[in-house]
Amino acid sequence: MFIDYQSMSVWELLAFNAPGWGGTLLKGLALSLEIAILGFLIGLLIGIFGALGKLSKNIISRDLWACYTTAVRAIPELVLILLIYFALPSALNALLNAIGLEEIEINAFIAGVLVISFVQGAYATEVIRSAMMAIPTGQIEAAQAFAMPKFKILYRISLPAMLPHALPGLSNLWLIATKDTALLAVVGFTELTLAARQAAGSTKEQLLFLSVAGLLYFIISLLSDVFFKYLIRRANKGQMHG
Amino acid sequence: MDNTPSTPTSLVAKKAPQVFRPLTWFMPHRIILIGLAIYLISLLINNLNWYWIDEYQDDILMGLWRTLVLLVTTFVTGFILAIPIGLVQVTGPKYLARLAQSFCSVIRGTPLLLQIWLIYYGIGSIFPEIEWLRDSFLWPYLTDAWPYAFLALTLSVAAYEGEIMRGAFAGVPKGELEAAKAFGMPPFKILTRIWLPRAIQRSLPVIGGEVILQLKATPLVATITLIDTYAVFSKIRQETYIVYEPLLFMTAIYLVLAGIIALMFNRLEKKNEAH
Repeated sequence: MFIDYQSMSVWELLAFNAPGWGGTLLKGLALSLEIAILGFLIGLLIGIFGALGKLSKNIISRDLWACYTTAVRAIPELVLILLIYFALPSALNALLNAIGLEEIEINAFIAGVLVISFVQGAYATEVIRSAMMAIPTGQIEAAQAFAMPKFKILYRISLPAMLPHALPGLSNLWLIATKDTALLAVVGFTELTLAARQAAGSTKEQLLFLSVAGLLYFIISLLSDVFFKYLIRRANKGQMHG
Repeated sequence: MDNTPSTPTSLVAKKAPQVFRPLTWFMPHRIILIGLAIYLISLLINNLNWYWIDEYQDDILMGLWRTLVLLVTTFVTGFILAIPIGLVQVTGPKYLARLAQSFCSVIRGTPLLLQIWLIYYGIGSIFPEIEWLRDSFLWPYLTDAWPYAFLALTLSVAAYEGEIMRGAFAGVPKGELEAAKAFGMPPFKILTRIWLPRAIQRSLPVIGGEVILQLKATPLVATITLIDTYAVFSKIRQETYIVYEPLLFMTAIYLVLAGIIALMFNRLEKKNEAH
């Protein structure tokens, strides 16, 4: 079926239903956001463990976490995506075969989330570690003096106390997460950037669709900025400022 | 992407006595870990398939060269652009400051891959429609991917570094600038002799990290037909049907490059330390 895109107006091209491409773009945006949110949250979890591992007295855990963060900071995300997208599934299945389990399938979405959280985890480790180091030791010692168990100290004292210090870094990380999802376009996952590229290729309206996708990303970053500024203001309530 | 608020670490690192460094590096558990790593690497070297390296040696070196050229040229050009972008946000007239600020937030708020595609496919699609351009001397350049990749990566550096330079310019103690003024230095001389060197010195640790981030961004140009390191290894994977080995080798190359950059900036920092 031939569609005459050349004679369509901008609004017809961006219409939600076919032959417009607006729906495809919004679907791509939704996928990008889902992957970014999941990746960011899992990365946060990795970051908490990583920060604890790096601050612990156990020298081996300290070194291993250091290896992880150094490697992620040195290897291009694009290469990591290839490694996790192509190498991880076959390696995992070879391992599962070896121990006699059934093969599993890693679809593009899961692989995408894995990549983003793996990268986010390394950066989050650094952010949370330095935020935890900014907690006055007196507060932890006070909790210990009250004989609080270790885990309770973590979620009642350390995590809430480090949050104001970590928020600026975390807001940055969230923006990186949204932008890193674009890299999944390279392995053929139809998130926002690839959706825009497909729309642009079919309609020959390169500039229009790629700009619209850019605008969508920019709106996300502006909204996130407002949201995190609000969070930071809230978290800093009642704190002294020099 | 300046996501490591590293002040606490650097404070700790400075307090640690330097004498113990070589000793702590070879603690027993480290020796075991290093041994394990060497064992793993030797396993990989012996058991996997590396015959293709000889065959593709020239391609790999060419790709490496292109990656490095792209990294150095875009970072230097971008950094030169970043200086005024940072400066006007600290001291410039309001409309210029606002302009620089919105440039930074637009570039920082959108993915680099999209920017590269927007410039290559988007802006690149306009040129063929302009008649006189086709016959001009510019045409061969406009049909090549290099200028587009260069432009996209340079703009990205300008925005990210502009943001860092803004902070660095604002962070130079007022007293130093006032002292320069008191000596009757003209404003431009204050900038080139006091303000800029101090700002760069203060931001050196961050800039080192940024160069590595830029190195990690260069493979994106492979998506617009530039044959850099990443593209060479993609080609090898397609032609030889080998899955892991080229990926591992490429990862190792980027690790080594990042390591070299980190070491270089470490030395540069030590040399330029404030007294």
